[in-house]
Amino acid sequence: MPKLLPPESHPTLMISMREISKTFPGVVANDRIDLDIYRAEIHALLGENGAGKSTLMKILYGFYRADSGRIFLDGQSLSIQSPHDARLAQIGMVFQDFTLIPAFSVAENIALFLPDLGAVLDIKDVNLRIEQLSARYNLKVNPHAMVSELSIGEQQKVEILKLLLSDARLLILDEPTRVLAPHEVDALFQVLDGLRKDGLAIILITHKINEVMECSDRITVLRRGRVVGTVPQPDASESMLVEMMFEKKLSDVEVSRSVIRKGALQPLLKLHGVYTRSEGLGVNLVDIDLEVCPGEIVGVAGVSGNGQKELGDVVLGMIKCLKGTKNLFGKGVTHHSIQRMRKSGISYIPENPLTMAAAPFMTVLENMAVTKTWRYARQGGLRMDWQAVMTDIENTMKRMGFSLPWYVPARSLSGGNLQRMIIVRELTHDPRLIIASYLTRGLDVQSTIAAHSALIQARENGAGVLLISESLEELFKLSDRLIVLYAGRIVGRFRPKETDSYEIGHLMTGTKVQHDTKS
Amino acid sequence: MTQSPDARNRSSFIAEKLMHFLVRYGLMIVIAFLFFGLILLISGEDPIQSYRDIFTSTLGSSYGFSEVVVAMSPMLLTALAVALPSRLGLINVGVEGQLYMGACFSTWGALAFSNSPSWILLPLMIVLGMIGGALWAFIPGYLRALGLVNETITTLLLNSVAPMIVSFFVFGFWHSPMDTNKTPNFSPSARLPKFFDTRIDLSLVIGLALLVLFWFLMRYTRWGLEMRAIGGNPLAARRNGIPVKTYLIAVMCIGGAIAGLAGMTQVSGYYGVLLVNFSRGIGYMGFLISWLAGGSPLGILLTSFVISIIFSGGNLLQLTRDLPYAVINVLLAFTLFVVLARPSFLINRKEA
Repeated sequence: MPKLLPPESHPTLMISMREISKTFPGVVANDRIDLDIYRAEIHALLGENGAGKSTLMKILYGFYRADSGRIFLDGQSLSIQSPHDARLAQIGMVFQDFTLIPAFSVAENIALFLPDLGAVLDIKDVNLRIEQLSARYNLKVNPHAMVSELSIGEQQKVEILKLLLSDARLLILDEPTRVLAPHEVDALFQVLDGLRKDGLAIILITHKINEVMECSDRITVLRRGRVVGTVPQPDASESMLVEMMFEKKLSDVEVSRSVIRKGALQPLLKLHGVYTRSEGLGVNLVDIDLEVCPGEIVGVAGVSGNGQKELGDVVLGMIKCLKGTKNLFGKGVTHHSIQRMRKSGISYIPENPLTMAAAPFMTVLENMAVTKTWRYARQGGLRMDWQAVMTDIENTMKRMGFSLPWYVPARSLSGGNLQRMIIVRELTHDPRLIIASYLTRGLDVQSTIAAHSALIQARENGAGVLLISESLEELFKLSDRLIVLYAGRIVGRFRPKETDSYEIGHLMTGTKVQHDTKS
Repeated sequence: MTQSPDARNRSSFIAEKLMHFLVRYGLMIVIAFLFFGLILLISGEDPIQSYRDIFTSTLGSSYGFSEVVVAMSPMLLTALAVALPSRLGLINVGVEGQLYMGACFSTWGALAFSNSPSWILLPLMIVLGMIGGALWAFIPGYLRALGLVNETITTLLLNSVAPMIVSFFVFGFWHSPMDTNKTPNFSPSARLPKFFDTRIDLSLVIGLALLVLFWFLMRYTRWGLEMRAIGGNPLAARRNGIPVKTYLIAVMCIGGAIAGLAGMTQVSGYYGVLLVNFSRGIGYMGFLISWLAGGSPLGILLTSFVISIIFSGGNLLQLTRDLPYAVINVLLAFTLFVVLARPSFLINRKEA
């Protein structure tokens, strides 16, 4: 039955999926997919957004039910109707959005998930088991810590521990590196390596080719709901995988490093000594000094939750400056309303398009108009000129090669399309200052290139860009200058050429760099 | 341009909404009448005969029909006073209080300028009534916009204050020589004009016009678009540059103004006098109607109509069959319960 021999040793076949099909209204997500998973392997599932990776894995985890097709475990036919069935078959999944309860401790969260959870909670026993397992796989987490106090990387460790403690033998990780700093990614891969040595199977859903090459044993590439092929890692190359993912070869953006005309021009945006106080779980910004000049992309590196959201919001005016001043185009705008800031040419792509930028029940077309209602209002506001909205938006979409339906509610869009909608909206009308947070989150390679080109185009036209990102690759490629945020402070300022991802990664996580003496 | 699939998508979306709408109201009416029948059976009445009586006394005769419309008119306004703020996600439970304040303000106008001709006096009373309601709604709206207090609590609490203010003025200053609990009858110039020799007055026209205006506002205008954006996602709306705080205060005040207008039409049209505790819960009924109707203008019209039939029929049963009036409240409570629960076997919820 196996089409390919497993690499190195000959581990036994664990899971086979055969002829799996799944359609959603209007989309064939999975089209007769075959997949074999062996014990003791890391199997990467590679494909661009909407290729059907997550759908396939959610079928395996019992989250969706396949329209047709069968799943075999150790050669026995297996019926998975729900995640409960999947867990009985020792399959566990770590979702993109973690499912931990912030107000509970690590041990309590894990105990909740255990299949043999008794009526009386023996938290000591759970603690002991956590400590044993975490020592074995180098997954160090304090079992007594509250989940709300943990970093994203630590939360991920808890998610993995949770599955291991419930005896999972197959772990499905959905884009696990999305939220991690570079050195955390390395640590994760070491953990996965340890698990593989103990005979566990791991499926890694991802669209990052370099990670796939780094850690996986075999790679299955999906494209438009079909398997393009499965290759053992030694036989694969990056260009080959790209070709499998996209059919045609893609040319990456050409980034011409423009000479920074700093000093000659007045900065577009200038923050001086800005402090904020945030509500709830947010981070306080401390003494932020920042300039963005025309024709410049300033990259902001940092692990998510270190003040990036607050930085974008304070520039926009969503959060008040407690102390300090904010200048835009040379004028003091410290207390201007968001509407005034927007009217003067700021646009903002926030980190989460659905909760921070879109009105979920309004159509795409309506969402496109809400930031610029004054522009499209006719007869003093009695009527909206939808034709003009369409014309403007279509221009931008054509430029970027995106296409979106007009009349569906925003919440029915996929994550990638939602992001495209916000990008298109915010880049229309030639903004003079663009705040872009996690610009390419959820986008496939092609759209990422389009979004990057659009930013570079804006920069060539003299706009300033504040690019907040977790992808150091993106930051190094696009930024003219880089700053690093940690715990609400700017802890480093660099030219991309002066530094490397190692140094930035350490600054991002607040750890010391041995060979470095800079502050 | 790929217009056609989008357009088709849109029309099927509308058809689905309409279907959902019909099922919802059909269900409400059927269950309402089933429960009513049950209650009638328990009280030893013949449900079929009672229904026949209700029908002939409401829809079956022109007088009965006009009485249903009379009962419906203020509910259109009070329901609108809830529906408009609800589009921003504001829960205005304070229509009852705003209605009393509107009645109070417009009564002052009616008493102080009773000699003016009606073309001056009526507009003045309308404006006064709206100001009264708006002021009463400004308090919770402002506190909410500051982020201090939830408007649900404040509007609800203010409800018990407003009738006391009315009582204070009526008992203290305005009461007629004969009765202490009401003002003298309004002069004819302070009465809303009536139509067709019935008790239907101008408030029906005002209510219907405002419903149409509401629909137009939400559907076509810039302000409707911005309001829907705020209702859909207030944080995103703020980031998108919509002045959310201003909207919260303004819309709350407009809602209050409409409620105040309802109060004005009650004293000027229906009663012709300001009675202490005149409302008998029209404000709360508006809340119920708006939420049953999902805030849609057509839904408000239909729901108020049905509820008015139940009210008028209840009045009749009370008179002819010796049933307590509370039966109607029991029935309404059941109806509310059923419709809000939205039984899943009848409506396929796509949301989950």
